[in-house]
Amino acid sequence: MAILDRTISDDELHNLLSQRKLPRWTTLTTSATAIAGSALLSFFSPVSGVAGTAVFAFLLFIVLQTGLSFAVEGKRYAIDRLATTLLLSALITALVPLVSTLLTVTIRGLNAFNATFLTSTMRNVSPRSPGGGILHALIGTLEQVAIAAAIGVPLGILAAVYLVEYGNRSRLARAISFFVDVMTGIPSIVAGLFVYTGFILALGLQRSGLAAGISLSILMIPVVVRSTEEMLRLVPRDLREASYALGVPKYRTILRVVIPSASTGIITGAMLAVARVTGETAPLLLTTFFTQSINVNPFNGPQASLPTYVWDQIGSGTTASIDRAWAGALTLILLVMILNLSARLIARASRVK
Amino acid sequence: MTTLINPEAPVGAPLGKSSRPRDALFAGISRGSGIVVLIVMGAIGVFLLWKALPALNANTASFLTTSAWFPDDAQPKFGIAALAFGTLLSSVIAMVIAVPVGIGVALYTAHYAPRRFAPPLGYIVDLLAAVPSIIFGLWGLQILMPNSIGLWRWLDDHFGFIPLFSNEQNIYTRSIALAAVVLAIMILPTVSAISREVFAQVPPGHIEAALALGATRWETMRTAVFPFARPGMVSAAMLGLGRALGETIAVALILSATFKINWQVTEPGGNTFAANIALKWNEAGTIGLGALIASGLVLYVITFAVNMAARLVVERRRDFSGAN
Repeated sequence: MAILDRTISDDELHNLLSQRKLPRWTTLTTSATAIAGSALLSFFSPVSGVAGTAVFAFLLFIVLQTGLSFAVEGKRYAIDRLATTLLLSALITALVPLVSTLLTVTIRGLNAFNATFLTSTMRNVSPRSPGGGILHALIGTLEQVAIAAAIGVPLGILAAVYLVEYGNRSRLARAISFFVDVMTGIPSIVAGLFVYTGFILALGLQRSGLAAGISLSILMIPVVVRSTEEMLRLVPRDLREASYALGVPKYRTILRVVIPSASTGIITGAMLAVARVTGETAPLLLTTFFTQSINVNPFNGPQASLPTYVWDQIGSGTTASIDRAWAGALTLILLVMILNLSARLIARASRVK
Repeated sequence: MTTLINPEAPVGAPLGKSSRPRDALFAGISRGSGIVVLIVMGAIGVFLLWKALPALNANTASFLTTSAWFPDDAQPKFGIAALAFGTLLSSVIAMVIAVPVGIGVALYTAHYAPRRFAPPLGYIVDLLAAVPSIIFGLWGLQILMPNSIGLWRWLDDHFGFIPLFSNEQNIYTRSIALAAVVLAIMILPTVSAISREVFAQVPPGHIEAALALGATRWETMRTAVFPFARPGMVSAAMLGLGRALGETIAVALILSATFKINWQVTEPGGNTFAANIALKWNEAGTIGLGALIASGLVLYVITFAVNMAARLVVERRRDFSGAN
């Protein structure tokens, strides 16, 4: 209240507002103290190892900081600082497995990853001996994913066109929209079971790359529908009306005006969907299993793929095969990341315009 | 009024019905593609049930309460009790880990991180979703398993009085707990991506009002952000649960499959619906396949229900979808 009685200088105001606040360097000194304290304690019994020391240092930091803040700034600010620290540590916790996975896949994958690995197959290579390669699996994955995209992308785009251009929030459109969301949550192994029961048992389709592609397309459709729908809704209504005003039929308006103006977004969505299914293993085990040699015909007989290759090599369990599993994982992650990053780059490039 | 702006009705043509056959054809095709989604969802249930029935009829034990899995014996005897137990236990533990961390990550990227770093941070966490599950399985088996033994032993030594953490075998590998940690990592991006979307949609006015009243940042979160975002957070957690329930390969690689109900989560053993299907598929006979399909049907019904419930929670704000 005293503030209102008289005019105060800027300096005074600054002092008033900043009093009872911890200076900025507290964070640094507190964390240094915590680390030192934890390191000291690690010579005694309760804390041990690098991980133990780190965790203890973290806990010590939280206690010190909250305590200090409570004493100097009061309860509300102490809680605020505690919350900020916990949120940041949640982020760091989330990054640890990501960094660890990417690093180990790169480092251990490079043991067996080279040009020969990419250009040879596992034909006549025993699980124990080093060498062998992944060409047959690469061919299989590319064909199966291509089949999945050939089915899933057009279906998904057309379904999205229905939802946006024709559905008009009718009961059917709302049902489709709702079940597309539910469909994103179908376990991939269930998609495999469905293709096995519906196509292989009921229709007599072989276990083949085609069956694998169908099961992957089921996992793609909801992703494509959702991303395409979002993009189509961004197309301004004026564009459609201008086209109608020129007497262009609705279907031509959609094909020539609406879809082209949303095309980058649609492509991005399709590529993310492809990236998502490229790493799927479970449905492939049920619908095509795997082989050790090249099968270029996706309509006939089992076909290898990158994920099932890694699965098979882990299963063999020898030093050489685990090396191959890591190298296969590296190949797979490179493929998925290239798809993912280029999709995002396309999306970013289109956003600038 | 509608006839005035109906683009399908060209001048001079009879109103109401399209006189352009190609228009009608295209409308029909796109409508049909939408209906395919509904057909697939229904067909999954129908085909799984159809192919599961012979095995269910041949089963000499109770499908719901038996733990054993001997579908290819002369007297087929199998049930999902142990599978359901392992699936639920591992998914719930995964949720307990992933939901707080995921929501924390989302909150940090949406409202705490400096504006410039927020989008890249969100993108990096989303990258977790791009890592295939087989790679998490390999990583869990080769890297996490040997490096986490100390943690499980420590839990056993200090908290062994809690039945969950005690370990009578003194073997700390291939356990439900390990699988749950890997599952938690895999559902983390689902939880964080959806909660981040909800957090970002909190009206700025609410936040500014709270700040103007003198609330600290955390108080702003509690009073303005959480109440608005609660349905979205619930739905994010449930979608994460749905994903954990159906995750196959990483779990199949990590667990040493047993058909026992065992609460001691750090001991080797345990099994889940999905992992069991992947592991038993190629050694199964006719009844064996039917039994696996039946267990897959149960998994489908459970994940369907969880996902539907999650979607209904946010039905009112339709823009949040795991697919984007």
